[in-house]
Amino acid sequence: MPGVERKSSGLPASDAGLPPGASSSPRSSAEPRAPVAPEANQVALRCANIHRFLGTGESRVHVLRGVSFEARRGQVEAVVGPSGCGKSTLLYLLGLLDRQEEGDIWINGRLMSNSSDAERTAARGANIGFVFQFHFLMQEFTSLENVMMPMRKLGRLAEAEMHDRATQLLTAVGLGDKTHRLGTQLSGGEQQRVAIARALANAPAIILADEPTGNLDQRNSGIVFDLLTHLAKENGQAVILVTHNPEIANRCDAVRPMRDGLFV
Amino acid sequence: MSPNLRIATRFLTARKRAMLMSLSCIVLGVGLFVVTQATTSGVEQFFIRTILGTNGAIRIEDKIQDTIRSMAASGREGGSNFRIAMRSEGKKYIEGIEEPKLVADALRRFSNVAGVSEVLRGSVVIRSPAKTDAVQVFGIILDNHLRVSDLEHQIVQGSLDDFRHSPSGALLGREMADRLQLDVGDSFVLDTLGESRRYRVSALYETGVSDIDRVRVYLNMGEARSLLKRPTGASFLQVNIFNKDRAPQDAAQIEATLQYSAASWQEREKVWLEVFRALRYSTAITVSVFTLIAGLAMFNTLAMIVMEKTKEIAILRSMGYTRQDISRIFLWQAAVVLMIGTVAGWIVGAAVTYGISNIPIRIRGIFTADTSIVNWSIWHYVAATTISILMVMAASLIPARRAARLEPGDVIRGTAQ
Repeated sequence: MPGVERKSSGLPASDAGLPPGASSSPRSSAEPRAPVAPEANQVALRCANIHRFLGTGESRVHVLRGVSFEARRGQVEAVVGPSGCGKSTLLYLLGLLDRQEEGDIWINGRLMSNSSDAERTAARGANIGFVFQFHFLMQEFTSLENVMMPMRKLGRLAEAEMHDRATQLLTAVGLGDKTHRLGTQLSGGEQQRVAIARALANAPAIILADEPTGNLDQRNSGIVFDLLTHLAKENGQAVILVTHNPEIANRCDAVRPMRDGLFV
Repeated sequence: MSPNLRIATRFLTARKRAMLMSLSCIVLGVGLFVVTQATTSGVEQFFIRTILGTNGAIRIEDKIQDTIRSMAASGREGGSNFRIAMRSEGKKYIEGIEEPKLVADALRRFSNVAGVSEVLRGSVVIRSPAKTDAVQVFGIILDNHLRVSDLEHQIVQGSLDDFRHSPSGALLGREMADRLQLDVGDSFVLDTLGESRRYRVSALYETGVSDIDRVRVYLNMGEARSLLKRPTGASFLQVNIFNKDRAPQDAAQIEATLQYSAASWQEREKVWLEVFRALRYSTAITVSVFTLIAGLAMFNTLAMIVMEKTKEIAILRSMGYTRQDISRIFLWQAAVVLMIGTVAGWIVGAAVTYGISNIPIRIRGIFTADTSIVNWSIWHYVAATTISILMVMAASLIPARRAARLEPGDVIRGTAQ
């Protein structure tokens, strides 16, 4: 796999868990999945030959040009590159927030490329946690309610259990004493920490973070990154992090530079 | 509380003023709808009660006689066989009831008939010391007539007992008595067919219907027969029935069975009833404009919230909220405002209706009332609620669907249209 600068992965860097040929050609959802290698269980997310165009007519741009990628549990992967190279677009595709023109995406071994909107939504709720640059907290809700929101939708826990888990997560991100503050009553760094707690709420296998520190000062960037990576590693979650910050990227387990819609 | 409803209630606070505008319009729409329906149908119901209490549910009048019968003959195979088909092609009405007692007995066998009263009617001239006027005499058998009218409750001065026991006693409408300057106990003269007879006012009645109170003089049947020189027969039979709404069907059945023309109260008062119906519909339509404005205000408010909350919608979608969830969040907002507005509208409507029912207002002409008349009916509230639900929820569907259609990827990328 091109352009992977892997630092401390305990697993083979290439093709682990990827079905034969998956990295070179798109597959039909009707096609039976190939036997999965033992180490494939460690692969939370993978994609193969992703193509994505944005815009229409003359302004149509080929943003992703056949990207293949995998993310393993307990690993933090950084995707870096200049603006417009397709990092965020790839992240939204991996998070099933968008649809690619070509290529396949597997979430926990399940092919999601041709799945329905309802299936993709359910997969997002159960398997994926998002952290965005602008945190997008629901300002009318307290930090506790913001963290409980994905849990309420998933409906796996009782109200009291959701409350306890949300409190634990907020405590873990250092906001145990601010559980009842509205989003508007928190600083930018605090809001981003609430967003991390919210992303972790349903214990998803995958955390997708789009410039999570992009809007924070250096101190808060360090705090947020440490929290994200620490909690993800502790829970065995795969973290894919898009960043412009070389310091942050260098602290990840692997760095994947992108240019012109491809990993280089 | 469902997650969607929880989010919806919080989103409501995002545009408090706009939501209050929608809420106010719903309250006004529902409240005014209830009030206008209560007052217009109140007048209608009171009018119906009045005409039932004066002229009865069904009036049997004039015998029907077929006038033309045709006979058709058709040959078969050129032979002389023929069949006869008789068909009524015209009707002739013979004025009055020849055998009122027989017809009344037959009428009493109808299950829905509660009472029958024979009435003899004739035109006379009334003379009082103050004035002479043309009026109509109604000869009645009092006890029978009380079963088919509210005459007992329409007496405003004097007593029915005096009328019952005094052959020369008469019941006069108050309006007529005022015009002739007659009071209870005063005497007056009725002239007809070259004969003059003196009578005494036993009691004054007031139906409130000007056309009745001005011209109708009730006499005991025996005295009326003697005055009008009609020893037998009746002008019409006034019939009271248990189920007033079935009057048209009963009238048709009576007509077919007894061969007498029978007119239900709905048929007799068709013009007035149509006027009331038109009034009710026109006020309902007019007042529904408020509900329409409520719907438009809700549309506007929700559309603005959708525009303001696109990022929240995207983040909800990223958390696993489906398109239906997003749509429901916005529909819930409309539903919550609608529920609060409707209940408040009911309360306002009921309070104003109660207030109106106590406003002193003298109504004479088509009925008698000293306060505004209202009709309390659950159906006014049901109709108001149905209209507000239809308008507000229909108006909310478009922004709700627009919110559901938002693509989270587009929103987060900042390219949402």
